[in-house]
Amino acid sequence: MSRVVRLTFVLVALIGLAACGDKQAHQRAVYLLVDTSGTYAGELDKAQRVINYLLGTLNPGDTLAVARVKSRSFSEKDIVAKTTFAKDPLQANNQKHAFKAKMALLKEAAKAGSAYTDITGGMLQAAEFLNETGAGRKTILIFSDMQEELDQKTIRDIPMNLTGIRVVALNVTKLNTDNVDPRRYSGRIEFWEKRVREAGASEWRVINDIERLERVFGG
Amino acid sequence: MSWMILPENPALSAVLLFLIALPFLYGARRPVHDVVGSLARAASQALRLGAHWLERAAQTLRARNRLVLLAQGREEATQAIEREFERVTGLVQRDLQGYPALQRRLLDHITRIEEDYAKCGEVPPPPPEWVRAVETIAGIQNTGDGLAQKLLQDIGDSLDKIYARVVAEYRRSSEARHKILGKFVPFGRAVNDTLTRVDRNIEGLRESAARIDAQMERYEQIHSGSEQVEHTLTSSAGIQFAISGLVLAVGFGGAFVNFWLIARPMSAMVGGGEYIAGGLEAAQVAALVIILVEATMGLFLMETLRFTHLFPRIHNLNDRMRRRMMWAAFAILFILAGVEVALAVMRDQIIATDVAFKRGLSDAGTAAVVAEGWVMKIPVAGQMILGFILPFALAFVAVPLEYFIFAARTVFGAGLVLAIRTLGFVLRLGGNVAWHAGKTLRLLYDAIIFLPLLIERAVLSQRAGAAGQIPRSVSAETAPLRKTGTLS
Repeated sequence: MSRVVRLTFVLVALIGLAACGDKQAHQRAVYLLVDTSGTYAGELDKAQRVINYLLGTLNPGDTLAVARVKSRSFSEKDIVAKTTFAKDPLQANNQKHAFKAKMALLKEAAKAGSAYTDITGGMLQAAEFLNETGAGRKTILIFSDMQEELDQKTIRDIPMNLTGIRVVALNVTKLNTDNVDPRRYSGRIEFWEKRVREAGASEWRVINDIERLERVFGG
Repeated sequence: MSWMILPENPALSAVLLFLIALPFLYGARRPVHDVVGSLARAASQALRLGAHWLERAAQTLRARNRLVLLAQGREEATQAIEREFERVTGLVQRDLQGYPALQRRLLDHITRIEEDYAKCGEVPPPPPEWVRAVETIAGIQNTGDGLAQKLLQDIGDSLDKIYARVVAEYRRSSEARHKILGKFVPFGRAVNDTLTRVDRNIEGLRESAARIDAQMERYEQIHSGSEQVEHTLTSSAGIQFAISGLVLAVGFGGAFVNFWLIARPMSAMVGGGEYIAGGLEAAQVAALVIILVEATMGLFLMETLRFTHLFPRIHNLNDRMRRRMMWAAFAILFILAGVEVALAVMRDQIIATDVAFKRGLSDAGTAAVVAEGWVMKIPVAGQMILGFILPFALAFVAVPLEYFIFAARTVFGAGLVLAIRTLGFVLRLGGNVAWHAGKTLRLLYDAIIFLPLLIERAVLSQRAGAAGQIPRSVSAETAPLRKTGTLS
């Protein structure tokens, strides 16, 4: 009899573990980094469209955070808004409304601009945040021209850990210098791809047409 | 290390190797023949043994299927006979329980008719006493006496008056009798109607008796277990299997629609984004569970209403307990239908807020203004009605389900017998192929070493010629193997 009871407990525990594992595996966490440096500040309207798309796509239980990239971005203070949507669809809808309202703050924050662009710091912060959520599918969206500029005191030449995270660069605009020499643009993209892959990212993608975001979240 | 003796000429190397190997092959001929023959026999016998076993298994299974089929047929025939008897009992109770009253009424009518008939009898008026006096007076001779003439004249007048009165009386009496006969007609009609009704009832009973006879005949045929009955029952089971399968498919379609109606709002109850093993969302599992519970309750409802007979224990419950169970199943089904109505409303609300939010997100959100009004309530009303009706509609799936289960036993049993027999045939075929393959291999071996065999035959014939004996044929060596072959 005791064997039966023990077996039942083991089965229940296994089912519970399987359920927990599955629950985490299906949850999504998205961290959107928005470049607010001077060269990119004009693209904020597009960023708003990306946020709208995410709000319309994410489901109850998923996590969304929006942070700005400025001179030094490895800080929680740079997160403009973050939320994990409730399990109740109606409540989740209310949270989405509130999140959308908070996005006005992003525009306010962007008005100040920043002298430098610390993409690496932002990615480190994003990885830390995403790993804390314990979600099964973690995504960092970088809305930037991917031109990193750091001041002399800031040290970012450090290894990153992006294991299990996919990184998507959105709306990577061409700079004036890229127009002079297109190799600079492709070199910049290749540099980030190499760096991200070396950090253990599960995927690296560049999507310049933000109308095609379903390629990232559709599947 | 290469096998080629002459590296520059592989063909010649192969020929040389063959020639070197030929004496060894000749020497090993008998053992090789024995090995090949033994292997062929082993394979053939094993396969034939398997085929034999499968054939016996198929026969056993077929006998068992037959037993089950006939038992089902008997059960169905018994139920049909019981139903006919119940119908006859109902008919008898309904019509013949009023038979005493009907008989009394009929007797009353007949008595009345008899009385009327008796009253109608024509009774001749009794001869008056004075007739004899008249006859005596009439006998008086007419002597021309004036007194006598006067007397006779008076008597004649009196008689005329009396005659007129008697005739009038007679006519009145006849008229009264005609009136009585007029009243007689409705009673006659009533008797006719009553007898027609009785005839109709008797006719109904006769038809029921004919149906019972037919069912009894079928029952006897099933009981005799003839081949024809088995075929008929199998064919009937096949048709039932197909029809009930079709109806079940329609039922599953309804369940599928029901599932999608409640799966989304379920996320508000059990939480969205919760997953159970296998990528199944908790809300979907909960919706599935609700539908399965509804189906189960529907099954119990049908069972307690005695539409189906899947659970003998429920069927054998006493009427009071069965009725309680029926009400319990109905109450749960009703509550679940109510829950589905609530979920339909919730679904509409979730979709409406979602649509409104997404409209707010899009640039052209304000452009699309949807008219509000009673028209917009139609979908939600439709969902509510569907949510309420589908659980009850699903309950009726229990009836085809029962047919499907019973028919599936027969159909799959017959299919299994066919599959086993096919496998048996394949094994038997494999056994024959193995036996012939062994024989062919031995002949092929001999064909390869034909040269030493020819020499052997020449030597043997030379020796036999010298000794005056008939040379032994090389092929005769295979005779023992052929004898032991079990090909049939």
